[in-house]
Amino acid sequence: MNSANSIKFLYAAYIATWLIHALYLGSLVRRYGRLRQQMKDLRK
Amino acid sequence: MKRLFPILAVLTALLLTYALYQALVVAPTERTMGDVQRIFYYHVPSAWTAFLLFFVNLVASVVYLVWRNPKADALAVVAAEVGVIFCTVVLVTGPIWARPVWGIWWTWDVRLTTTLVLWLIYVSYLVLRRFSDSSQTPKLAAVLAIFGALDVPLVYFSIWFFRTQHPQPVIGGGGSIDPRMLHVLLINWLAFSCFAVLVCWWRYRLERLQREVEEAQALESLLGPGGVPSQSARVKAPLGRGPQ
Repeated sequence: MNSANSIKFLYAAYIATWLIHALYLGSLVRRYGRLRQQMKDLRK
Repeated sequence: MKRLFPILAVLTALLLTYALYQALVVAPTERTMGDVQRIFYYHVPSAWTAFLLFFVNLVASVVYLVWRNPKADALAVVAAEVGVIFCTVVLVTGPIWARPVWGIWWTWDVRLTTTLVLWLIYVSYLVLRRFSDSSQTPKLAAVLAIFGALDVPLVYFSIWFFRTQHPQPVIGGGGSIDPRMLHVLLINWLAFSCFAVLVCWWRYRLERLQREVEEAQALESLLGPGGVPSQSARVKAPLGRGPQ
């Protein structure tokens, strides 16, 4: 198998893995911020 | 607890970095596949972690069905959501490995198909949790979780019982693995498991906060502004007393 081609797929898989996790963690941060805001509004 | 989380987060980040170094640099290069085989160090631990989380979801769902424990219900949601994320990683990294090795991105092989079905079942579970307002939702979701969990052994044992294109299991199956590769695989699994525990911990806190907000909003809509007895009663509502 072509080594350069092999490396390309390897990096694609590792980047995709961390991209999926980063997107999910980002969505959790956004959800947390929204809930904190709702909680603040309810406390007023 | 507040101090423990950042400490564990730093330790997990270090462990993930070490695991990445092991996978990319230390692990020996496979003879026939070359470097693309290193995808295995992310693909397999992600699958094992997803299975573990779906098992947690199953146990929490059974606990909820038997004892109606709202904390178990919250844990079931969290485990399913994080499990779906890890299962998504499996379904994305698998085809990226398959393209150069098999020459195709996807085949309707029994292992691949059952994994896709598993992912669809848990996505349905999350959709049900997200969009259904019925008081029966946690109960229905718990039952769905039990059916979903039945697919996990099907996915795992499919390559034992059927002729498939997917490689044989490296542990406890017909396949064999270099001890150095096994070492790297286990380090990566440990790192991903620690990461999953941390994410679940955070997500659980978020779920608790969300239920508190829902509880406070329900109280406010019932009593109207100014009709609430005290601030603490509105805000410090116990976990899971929301929609049942």
